[in-house]
Amino acid sequence: MQKMPAWADAVLVPMISLLLAAILSALVIISIGEDPVAAFRLMVDGALMRSAGWGYTLYYATNFMFTGLAVAVAFHARMFNIGGEGQAMLGGLGVALACLYIPWPHWSVALIGTSLAAMLFGAAWALIPAWLQAKRGSHIVITTIMFNFIAATLLNYLLVNVLRPKGAMDPATARFPETTNLPTFRDMFSTADTVLFRGTPANVSFFIAVFACFLVWLLIWRTRLGYELRAFGQSEPAALYAGIAPARITIIALLISGALAGLMAVNTTQGEAERLILNSTEGAGFIGIAVALMGRSHPLGVFIAAILFGFLYQGGAELALWTTIPRELIVVIQALVILFTGALDNMVRMPLERLFLALRRRES
Amino acid sequence: MTLMPKCSAAAAVLALSASAALAEPALIFDLGGKFDKSFNEAAFNGAKRWAEDTGGSFREIELQSEAQREQALRRFAEAGFNPVITMGFAMADPLSNVAPDYPDTKFAAVDVTWLDAPNIRQIGFAEHEGSYLVGMLAAMASETGTVGFVGGMDIPLIRHFGCGYAQGALAVNPDLKIIANMTGTTPAAWNDPVKGSELTKAQISQGADVVYAAAGGTGVGVLQTAADEGILSIGVDSNQNHLHPGQVLTSMLKRVDVAVYDAMAAGEDLETGVFTLGLAEDGVGYALDEHNAELISDEMKTRVDAAREAIIAGDLEVKGYYENDSCPVLDF
Repeated sequence: MQKMPAWADAVLVPMISLLLAAILSALVIISIGEDPVAAFRLMVDGALMRSAGWGYTLYYATNFMFTGLAVAVAFHARMFNIGGEGQAMLGGLGVALACLYIPWPHWSVALIGTSLAAMLFGAAWALIPAWLQAKRGSHIVITTIMFNFIAATLLNYLLVNVLRPKGAMDPATARFPETTNLPTFRDMFSTADTVLFRGTPANVSFFIAVFACFLVWLLIWRTRLGYELRAFGQSEPAALYAGIAPARITIIALLISGALAGLMAVNTTQGEAERLILNSTEGAGFIGIAVALMGRSHPLGVFIAAILFGFLYQGGAELALWTTIPRELIVVIQALVILFTGALDNMVRMPLERLFLALRRRES
Repeated sequence: MTLMPKCSAAAAVLALSASAALAEPALIFDLGGKFDKSFNEAAFNGAKRWAEDTGGSFREIELQSEAQREQALRRFAEAGFNPVITMGFAMADPLSNVAPDYPDTKFAAVDVTWLDAPNIRQIGFAEHEGSYLVGMLAAMASETGTVGFVGGMDIPLIRHFGCGYAQGALAVNPDLKIIANMTGTTPAAWNDPVKGSELTKAQISQGADVVYAAAGGTGVGVLQTAADEGILSIGVDSNQNHLHPGQVLTSMLKRVDVAVYDAMAAGEDLETGVFTLGLAEDGVGYALDEHNAELISDEMKTRVDAAREAIIAGDLEVKGYYENDSCPVLDF
């Protein structure tokens, strides 16, 4: 039996968590002698009230959507993929190789090619932990996090020794050819009179992320494979009894998860930097865990949570630009939101469940 | 009514971000952060001194992510800050994108010298010349005939430091042994004092008794270990002699603070183009103060100052690493 109605689970719990995080953040800001109301207004103004702010908010949100979906798909099969960071790094390698070594005639063709490369590389990086989990029982949490380190070292080696142009200081590849540059929101939405999204990195891959949300919804709730995933996640013995092979479903779930995480690189590497840089993922793989938890592993929830985290990132940048709040405290504020919405979920959920149970008892 | 002042304060902050009338300078620190005791902190000190001298104020940001590089440049330029000063070679790529969009804004880029844009003051330093001088001092102070070099991230810039150092040391003693190590190949190598300490211990075990750290925040570990083990060290960028008085032989000064100070003082009239600050411009040099006075004898000082004059006059040429991407006297 459901302990509380679905709306409370999907809306009330995250809202209360957010409110608690906001209150604590406000206390942090007050304690260093700044004005929390002004800070909040600055964040909203910088992230949501101007098209340029949205350009950054949606750019960050695109990353978080991909990594959030990656974590969510694995969650449905009750697996904790915390290797999104490494899978996205390898996805970036795939994008970079495709952009640099294949002469694409047009960005649209290039986008299809690089997306496939990103998915392929991301999925391949998830394959080994998946196989170890399915066939050897090595726990996925340990293996995927170790693979993050291996990915970082591999990328470091390749960028420093192989892909870096001669004489360059940055550990980064050469710039990708012009024909692979994705259209930004500015190219798409500006008219002759008004320039929108000026100088912002949001690009066409945002729509791929939205489409991916829809595809994941189709997959999880409208296909046989999705049913198998959820059945396996609910109970392995029951799934086995129903004729679902655990090893097969484990590997498939993680391949999809890795491919989604890898896709993030299309946004950062091809869309924003237009070259592969060393820390192109910047922790988005880990933020994806919080996004999936907050979005209750539902694609719509992931979409909304990703936009919220995009707002926090862009708002944080505005705080760094226009206030004297040190960047360490901005990270603290972002971390508080992750802590409350992700890790301390039960702190809000359990009292709420008790409250709803008490209410129901009184009614009956 | 307590809400009113808060709202007006918010409005003031917003007005600041929107107004284009202020021509204050802005300073963008690299990912290392402004209190790295080295490169970024030197810039902050220069800016602070300018603010104290002139009563002016400046805006600053410590970057958190790669995407913010371009964002910070654009937002400062849009808000009318002028000049916008950036730290580190990693800003070159974003600058080449942003600078053409804001032709009325002057940018100043420290450690960038290869861009083609009319509104950027590109400031490079002749680090090999300053390193040559401290290399001479190291060779004269060494009793074992072995000196060490600990670099930060293995990039051409740091090899440039090491190459000048080796040439200076070998000019004093052609039989000298030089041990060169790099901390790493990623930006993390700028802030790894533990690794710096380990490298120093390894060099000491190979006989080094003077170690030169050109490694940003990593150098703090190098200087600490050298002091603990009773050998001499050489600091970099800022004057680091005071960190361990009597145990830091000297510091190779790279006057980032002066470059930032001058850029801020020039304001909107900042002269653009490529500027390389060497010994002649006092852009680089070696530090001599009360903390290392006893370590530098008169004879050492005479020889180094003579070399300094010779380099300025053009009689003595220090080979740069960039000339053909290799160092004639040292393999890395």
